Amino acid sequence: MVEASGAGDIIPPAAVEDVELYHPHSWWTRYVFSQDAKVIAIQYSCTAIAIGMVALVLSWLMRIQLAFPGALTFLDAERYYQFITMHGMIMVIYLLTALFLGGFGNYLIPLMVGARDMVFPYANMLSYWLYLLAVAVLVASFFASGGPTGAGWTLYPPQAILSNTPGGQDWGIVLMLVSLIIFIIGFTMGGLNYAVTVLQGRTRGMTLMRMPLTVWGIFTATVMALLAFPALFVACVMMLFDRLAGTSFFMPAIVEMGEQLQHGGGSPILFQHLFWFFGHPEVYIVALPAFGIVSDLISTHARKNIFGYRMMVWAIVIIGALSFVVWAHHMYVSGMNPYFGFFFATTTLIIAVPTALKVYNWTLTLWRGNIHLTLPMLFALAFIVTFVNGGLTGLFLGNVVVDVPLSDTMFVVAHFHMVMGVAPILVIFGAIYHWYPKITGRMLNEGMGQLHFWITFLGAYLIFFPMHYVGLVGVPRRYNEIGETSFVPASVHDLNIFITIMALVVGAAQILFLFNLAWSLRHGREAGGNPWRATTLEWQTPQTPPAHGNWGKDLPVVYRWAYDYSVPGAPEDFIPQNQPGTYPTREAGA
Amino acid sequence: MSAMLLFLCVIAAIALWWSAGQGLLSKPWLEVGIASGPRDAHDADRPKLPAQKVGLGVFLAVVGALFTLFISAYLMRVNTQDWWATPVPRLLYVNTAILFASSLCLHWAKVEAVRGRREQLRTAMLAGLMTALAFVTGQVFAWRQLVAAGYLLADDAATSFFYVITGMHGLHILGGMVALARAARLVRTEAIVTPRLRLSVELCATYWHFMLAVWLVLLALFAGWAGSFVAFCRQLIT
Repeated sequence: MVEASGAGDIIPPAAVEDVELYHPHSWWTRYVFSQDAKVIAIQYSCTAIAIGMVALVLSWLMRIQLAFPGALTFLDAERYYQFITMHGMIMVIYLLTALFLGGFGNYLIPLMVGARDMVFPYANMLSYWLYLLAVAVLVASFFASGGPTGAGWTLYPPQAILSNTPGGQDWGIVLMLVSLIIFIIGFTMGGLNYAVTVLQGRTRGMTLMRMPLTVWGIFTATVMALLAFPALFVACVMMLFDRLAGTSFFMPAIVEMGEQLQHGGGSPILFQHLFWFFGHPEVYIVALPAFGIVSDLISTHARKNIFGYRMMVWAIVIIGALSFVVWAHHMYVSGMNPYFGFFFATTTLIIAVPTALKVYNWTLTLWRGNIHLTLPMLFALAFIVTFVNGGLTGLFLGNVVVDVPLSDTMFVVAHFHMVMGVAPILVIFGAIYHWYPKITGRMLNEGMGQLHFWITFLGAYLIFFPMHYVGLVGVPRRYNEIGETSFVPASVHDLNIFITIMALVVGAAQILFLFNLAWSLRHGREAGGNPWRATTLEWQTPQTPPAHGNWGKDLPVVYRWAYDYSVPGAPEDFIPQNQPGTYPTREAGA
Repeated sequence: MSAMLLFLCVIAAIALWWSAGQGLLSKPWLEVGIASGPRDAHDADRPKLPAQKVGLGVFLAVVGALFTLFISAYLMRVNTQDWWATPVPRLLYVNTAILFASSLCLHWAKVEAVRGRREQLRTAMLAGLMTALAFVTGQVFAWRQLVAAGYLLADDAATSFFYVITGMHGLHILGGMVALARAARLVRTEAIVTPRLRLSVELCATYWHFMLAVWLVLLALFAGWAGSFVAFCRQLIT
């Protein structure tokens, strides 16, 4: 398979035909209705961060309510449920999914595989505008009569569309469902691009096994999302019919306020199956890009090749496949057949194997590496620690007998915030510190970055570690205030205040981060083309930031894998992927 | 969800078959140089599949997942007692024949596009468009017949599913017609059958055949044949 080539022979890049690039002619088509994946990526990211800030403020308000019940007079129980719902939905779908796939996927895939752009730029543009429309519809529900839906981010029927749930018989739930449907249609357009660009858009020499793990992570997550989002789509369409047309897909016979509703015979469990058939893969849709990105950050900033590249690739694919057969572990308390629970507990624990493998490989990559404690590296290390923490509590909750008593407590809140809230967000920060110089040509301010990192990392722990304890003593989740209960010790109240203060501090640190993003755009240190001395293709572009079409006249040709760091005998401690030639001391087992 | 898991198994099998040729067992850290990777090795004698075809393939997988999930939901929601609650209007069989004819027209168009005969291609595509339109119209009439017979959307689960799923299928046919109409406009503006036009026709044909297959499965579901089939399989297992 290998065609050994000496240091001198450079093969002209002839094998891959150039794509027809769309050339923008005006400011509007260049920066607004742009078909350039890089511009679309920035649009996606800015929108996601903006709507994410809304969710952040909602979490502040909820925390204030939990620590000082009644302090905010407008925050009654209904508002609290609405805030919980919107916080969850925004963070999971409109922020994390959109930022990882729409943001990083768009920016990094074409650059990392050596393409000029995505394969279907027009659909890619539509994808963003549909996403923006979905966000607009979502935001509109805040202003609709009755406010946004308060059904919880899982939108379980029947309560989601009953009149005593906020937004249930008003516009809230309708707008939520419509927004999700638009989001899914938009995502499908983008997802086709990400998947097919990886399949068909790679430059000459870029085999699948030479792709950086970032691309593997985003690619696998995209394929999963393409197959999992239809489940949410189906659930949303059917619930919309239940709500608007009076069908009974999910609605059982119900007497509400002494009145028999016209529904009958529907199955709420069916919704849970459909929702979690999407919902569990969604966890990994967020986690896999994070896994991929963190692998690249660690390898680059430890100046060492990733340990067990093949295993890392296989683990990503296996995690992706397994995540489709674990969905019912979210439904242990739904009253389903206990034997199902046993099956799903088994698959859940099996998925820990490839995941643990990845953690070992990251650690072994660090071992005897030349670790530079740069900001991306700090965030990557923080991710590993946080992910292990969240993963361990996941092992608790994966078991039916442990999950049943803990299921409705703050323990679950602490668990999933650790594993799919804090951990992927840390990777997003690390990735932004890592790629910001490529996107803007300037470095982010180091001092502000350090401050942001330590407050975020330590603060997140101070928020969520005590929360595990609060959950273990039995404080239920989803309650806007616990009031006087005999089983809750007084210390919980103090802890709640502490957690809230930390949440306010950590949230404020994110404003510092946003300020840094804006400030460094003009005042940051000039970065040059390859400030981290990294091997992957995006750092080898002729211009920084990369121009339209990415590569100038000729596409790059790839001669090696993405992790040639500290190769013995090489003049520098990294060899870019597009640099030909071998070095004499290079031996098996490098 | 067994139908969906079955569908995922098919997708996984295709992915496995495809990845077998992608060198996932190679050791990239030992392999420096150009080539490596089977795609490059065969570049000379086998042209690369156009991205549009791969894109359509991935899209069809998504559409397949969508309808399989509807079917999964149908199987979980509609229990045995109201399985056959909705009669299948006779008109559906006529519609099926029309959709079949439409699919044939598209196949004809594809053949003509390969031969490069512009006039015949245009006729075939227009015939395809007309028959597809006839199918969608026929579906609407089938709905009206059902409504006239007293089966309303919100009546019972089987009827609700019938309207929602056929509606979803009809929307997909309409979307395909937009693509086909755009391709038909290409015939008018371009003097010869360009590769771009041929590709468009081929993509439309694939989509049409796929939607026909989806429709046949759905028809089997609504007519109750799928139910008998599932019952038969259950008997085999137990």
